[in-house]
Amino acid sequence: MKYTAFAAASAVALACAAPAVAGPEAEVLHWWTSGGEAKSAAVLQQEFADNGGTWTDMPVAGGGGDAAMTALRARVLSGNAPTAVQLKGPAIQEWYEEGVLADISSVAEAEGWGDVLPGSIAEHMKCEGKWCAAPVNVHRVDWIWANAALLEANGIEMPQTWEDFNAAADKLMEAGITPLAHGGQAWQDATVFEAVALGILGPEDFRKAFVELDMDTLKSGKMAAVFDQMRKMRGYVDANFPGRDWNLATSMVMNGEAAFQIMGDWAKGEFLAAGKEPGKDFLCASVPGDGFLYNVDSFAMFEVDGEDKQAGQDLLAKLIVGPKFQEVFNLNKGSIPARVDVKLDAFDTCAHLSSKDMGDSADNGSLLPSYAHGMALRGAQSGAITDVVTAHFNSDMSSAEAVQMLADAVANSL
Amino acid sequence: MTEWLERHIPKMVLAPSFIAVLVFVYGFIAWTAWVSLTRSRLLPKYEIDGLIQYERLFNAPRWDTAMSNLFVFGTLFILISMVLGLMLAILLDQKIRTEGVLRTIYLYPMALSLIVTGTAWKWIMNPGLGLEAMVRGWGFDSFTFDWVINPDKAIYAVVIAGVWQASGFVMALFLAGLRGVDGEIIKAAQVDGIPTWRIYTAIIIPSMAPIFLSAFIVLAHLAIKSFDLVIALTGGGPGYATDLPATYMYTMAFSRGDIGQAASSAMVMMGVVFAIIVPYLYSELRAKHD
Repeated sequence: MKYTAFAAASAVALACAAPAVAGPEAEVLHWWTSGGEAKSAAVLQQEFADNGGTWTDMPVAGGGGDAAMTALRARVLSGNAPTAVQLKGPAIQEWYEEGVLADISSVAEAEGWGDVLPGSIAEHMKCEGKWCAAPVNVHRVDWIWANAALLEANGIEMPQTWEDFNAAADKLMEAGITPLAHGGQAWQDATVFEAVALGILGPEDFRKAFVELDMDTLKSGKMAAVFDQMRKMRGYVDANFPGRDWNLATSMVMNGEAAFQIMGDWAKGEFLAAGKEPGKDFLCASVPGDGFLYNVDSFAMFEVDGEDKQAGQDLLAKLIVGPKFQEVFNLNKGSIPARVDVKLDAFDTCAHLSSKDMGDSADNGSLLPSYAHGMALRGAQSGAITDVVTAHFNSDMSSAEAVQMLADAVANSL
Repeated sequence: MTEWLERHIPKMVLAPSFIAVLVFVYGFIAWTAWVSLTRSRLLPKYEIDGLIQYERLFNAPRWDTAMSNLFVFGTLFILISMVLGLMLAILLDQKIRTEGVLRTIYLYPMALSLIVTGTAWKWIMNPGLGLEAMVRGWGFDSFTFDWVINPDKAIYAVVIAGVWQASGFVMALFLAGLRGVDGEIIKAAQVDGIPTWRIYTAIIIPSMAPIFLSAFIVLAHLAIKSFDLVIALTGGGPGYATDLPATYMYTMAFSRGDIGQAASSAMVMMGVVFAIIVPYLYSELRAKHD
């Protein structure tokens, strides 16, 4: 039994050792498997091959990355980590603490990442001061999308404050139109919640509450006001919302069944794919209030043995942050490049707005990580908050109760 | 030599599966118990840190919801499946002509995957697409059937789909039991002029006690491990209103990177299973000794 295992292991070792003569090698674990995303991943793969590398694709679909994470856990536990893995936010540091990430500072410094990436986004890519991941894009989460024809027909402007939004929504309700297209899935509830929270708390308190988990801010009266607004939002949603996927909600806005949707800029991909034009058929604006919530996809580099694999890792990191890939990939995906020096000529007006706002908020300190998309907190904490948000949204819980529950849940998750 | 073989072959044949069960069932139960006492997050760690995970578990409102859902779902699912199954079996047992066809029809849902059942019922019960929209389309505008999207009623929607799936199977069990009852006793009772309902309640059903027990055990473990039905039907929603312990454990282990918490919930689930199975095993073993 033991000997067979040994024989099998050496056979695998031999098989792995055989192509050692080849150039840079990379095995990449990701979950970009759907239409536009798969196309984007293929761009990187092609560029990697053009530079003489051998790419081993390891796409794991399902569960918004849950399945890929399970595969990653198995690979790491068996001591055979992939070269690069699609990871984001604090999960990068969490894996670093397990002692399995590689240091790619040499590439980062040679390429001058520090100068071209916004400071707060660069921080996510560093583990104790060393670069350990490469950012791919910046999704903005706090977008509000609207059907242009519906707004015009009802004489409504894009809302600048939440009072504006409520007034507009009430007007639409009277006209028999669903004001807010929403899908009742926990992460979508959380997406709306954080957009509302950013507007009502303001960037300063948002950071305190959802990045630093400051108990006083979590229990404050302003947080109760956030839940009050969420209760209003619940009233603006149609009856069939539970379980609806986000792209179905987007098509409600497209077809004029609903006026607004609060969703990240991946929703733009749906509009564009349906042949709609920004500014003409649909409108994009940041949700009322200051700040910019980002969701950055990135690749973390894992510790690997062998020069060819390390060379592959360096090449991959260089290409990912390279201007060419950043442009092509983000055109496909609907997001904007993470590096600020990419020309945006080919991008649409929404992307221009996003890029401008990103620059402005980076300057005034309101460029903030999205909690709902796993950028601000670790899984256990963000999950605990989402539980409260979705429980409140789907019941008649009072705001005071919700605030108390929020504080308890966060304390319990630490 | 042959004698030695004869004596030892059974043991040798059984040894691999015995070892496999030892490692993969009991070994991993022990591993889970160990991990549930640690502060494991993304990857398992092995430094024991007391009962912290159990404290967190019992402090989590979501776990309370999951356990009370299991209780509601389990009780109703078992009870309604048994009652419906028994009624169907008794009706089918009236020597009707197309029994074979009907039996197959009732048994068929069991052949479907729970994912299929869940998805189909999700559509049937969706107020905008299914039953409610249809009946309203006929002109009954006040008809409402929105259990699947109502946080207080959603768990009963799960019960409906579960019962639909399982009651045919229970019917088959009971039908076999009914056929096993001695016909002579029934005829004797009929000769004595005892009404049919009395024959059922006083003679046939009591003599089927072992079948009730088997049906109960099968349904109970279906209820405790049900996961795919909830995932397909409601995704645990609205909110987490239809979360069950199994979906809670999955979320903690695979979405949130909180392995210690998942392990502790798995241990509590195992405790629930033991609470049902141990008395059964005990009664079985005692029956044999008598």
